[in-house]
Amino acid sequence: MGTRGQNIMNKNTSHINSLENEAIYIMREVAAQFEKPVLLFSGGKDSITLVRLAQKAFYPAKIPFPLMHIDTGHNFPETIEFRDRLVKELGLELIVRNVQDSIDQGKVKEESGKYASRNQLQTTTLLDAIEEFKFDACIGGARRDEEKARAKERIFSVRDDFGQWDEKNQRPELFDMLNGAIELGQNVRVFPISNWTELDVWSYIEKENIEIPSIYFAHTRATFLRDGLIWSADDEVVYREEDEEVVERIVRFRTVGDMSCTAAVLSEAADIKTVVQEIRESTISERGARIDDKRSEAAMEKRKQQGYF
Amino acid sequence: MEVLKIATAGSVDDGKSTLIGRILYDTKSMTTDKLEAIEKTSKQRGYDYLDFSLATDGLVAEREQGITIDVAHIYFSTANKSYIIADTPGHVEYTRNMVTGASTSQASLILIDARKGVIEQTNRHFFINNLLRVKDVVVAINKMDLVDYSEEVYNRIKADFEDLMSKRDYQDQTISFIPVSALKGDNVVNKSDKMPWYTGESILEHLEKLDKSDIFNVGTPRFPVQYVIRPKTEDFHDYRGYAGKVYGGNLSVGDDIVVLPSQTKSKIKDIYFYDEKYDTASRRSSVTITLEDDINVSRGDMIVKEGDLPTIEKQFTANVCWMDSKQLTPGAKYVVQHGVNKVLAKVDAIHHKIHPDYSGIEDNVSGLGMNDIASVSFKLNKPMFFDKFKNHRTNGSFIIIDSQSNSTVGAGFIQ
Repeated sequence: MGTRGQNIMNKNTSHINSLENEAIYIMREVAAQFEKPVLLFSGGKDSITLVRLAQKAFYPAKIPFPLMHIDTGHNFPETIEFRDRLVKELGLELIVRNVQDSIDQGKVKEESGKYASRNQLQTTTLLDAIEEFKFDACIGGARRDEEKARAKERIFSVRDDFGQWDEKNQRPELFDMLNGAIELGQNVRVFPISNWTELDVWSYIEKENIEIPSIYFAHTRATFLRDGLIWSADDEVVYREEDEEVVERIVRFRTVGDMSCTAAVLSEAADIKTVVQEIRESTISERGARIDDKRSEAAMEKRKQQGYF
Repeated sequence: MEVLKIATAGSVDDGKSTLIGRILYDTKSMTTDKLEAIEKTSKQRGYDYLDFSLATDGLVAEREQGITIDVAHIYFSTANKSYIIADTPGHVEYTRNMVTGASTSQASLILIDARKGVIEQTNRHFFINNLLRVKDVVVAINKMDLVDYSEEVYNRIKADFEDLMSKRDYQDQTISFIPVSALKGDNVVNKSDKMPWYTGESILEHLEKLDKSDIFNVGTPRFPVQYVIRPKTEDFHDYRGYAGKVYGGNLSVGDDIVVLPSQTKSKIKDIYFYDEKYDTASRRSSVTITLEDDINVSRGDMIVKEGDLPTIEKQFTANVCWMDSKQLTPGAKYVVQHGVNKVLAKVDAIHHKIHPDYSGIEDNVSGLGMNDIASVSFKLNKPMFFDKFKNHRTNGSFIIIDSQSNSTVGAGFIQ
């Protein structure tokens, strides 16, 4: 590395490079404007992309904030394994807070039945952790193209003491000036890849040769069908009715959330190149495989008002 | 592939969200699951057609009232461009959101209801787009299906709009007129066969040909320092890198530079992007710069080329768009955020209010209310390094922060 004679201008003409430059700018604003930022890391492709962008923003210094994982206890084991390896390789600080602890403390009640998921319960654990560490900025990998309530989100999104999003009273963001001024007790959710689409993230992962957990690629998995979606047959985590038959299928995941709310897609795409190709041709949105958004038309907006990411 | 940012504008019910939905639908950018959701809801409500605004009005309050309250960002791409559309609200009381949407856009789409023609809101939207120096404006005369696709109606509205154009300040703005029906899909993506008298392009055809207009490149590099990188590791023991984004023009290794406000001179030693070194940093790239000399540089300072200095003053006059319900009054103190630099500012005088509907100016104003636009002078607690907005969109603009509420309460464009 480190050859002279290249002109960086060439690096900025393409769509993906201008998004990268914008995200790096946002990362640096976070480090400069806040006392205690944290990067929320789920082990999914979006947060892995954030880590790469943060590396680029602060090179040759280390990323000047820790990562935090709100662990539902229902993660894909591949994700956790990947998380621990990444943190070790980059010498980063990782904080883990468990939804199970919030359940044990009686702060939240586990859902039961067919559509039970710990996805919603994460909010309480997250808000407690923000308070425990006095984080004033939480960087997340949400994108505006994911969902229509997210399309209204700012890059710097102020949350009150209760973590709530006041969607009707958001700060205007002009040009690229980001106003991170907050009161004690408030915090800001920061979304550096707001303007990226799913395809942009995948193209970036391909271009940068970023390693991601194996479940994003085609593999054989014990699954069952429900509501036209394919679910992991892991009886400890995912509720399954007796007549829901377990079949081995070749699948991959487009989004990696809680096992109980993330459906797989049938796919033969075994490497990043074919995955990008598949996304390019897909007619279903990424969140089409997330049952948490299907609960109602306003599902995401409601969760966000309560402090969800 | 290029990216083009577009802001929409138009009065309430002119069909902005419908137009965007139509673009997504006709470019096959809407995924099956999203389309099914729209079909389902449209049917539930007993509509005869698909209500595409359901795709973009993302808040419950918006769907309930059938209006757009906040800016939504919509993404789609064609074979040769990526598009980001900022769908902005049409109501007068949300004018500030329109200013916000237009601030990052290279092109703007102003909708006019063919039945109503040019109305006060049209004037206001055109004024704001001109004030913010948005390079290309497309005037879409919508709902042509409701006026029998009449050429006469189109010509009358076009003539009315051309009257407005004669009053604009930024004369180099390019303006095009397209007759459309967003609901029926005429001249949005596909050319319409209902208006043989119109031989021009559809909206998408027009956008596809737009140059990624270089509105940020004016040949005057400005490098506001965002963050100082000091790794303090063995390999980079004495490294001091200045992280920031290059605005306006390129910076190269060996350039003679001046650091503001200290006016200390030095030379650019290295330009880093991640772990690679480059000869030149182009505008809008987020790089890290090191200097030949060991000088004191911190966040909020600005690196510029020698002989190419901005104005360095403790006061300025700007066109301000006020965005708060609490009035701006002479003598009031605020924080002005200019790029990444913050200064304390006191309102020295409100010179006059500008009616954004082109009906003139108003002297002797005692205060500014929400959505008012006015020429205002500020006095600062320390010098700021700025250019006129017309010469430099980035270094000529700022936001105003209320130090009590911490909210962004206004935006300004330096005159």
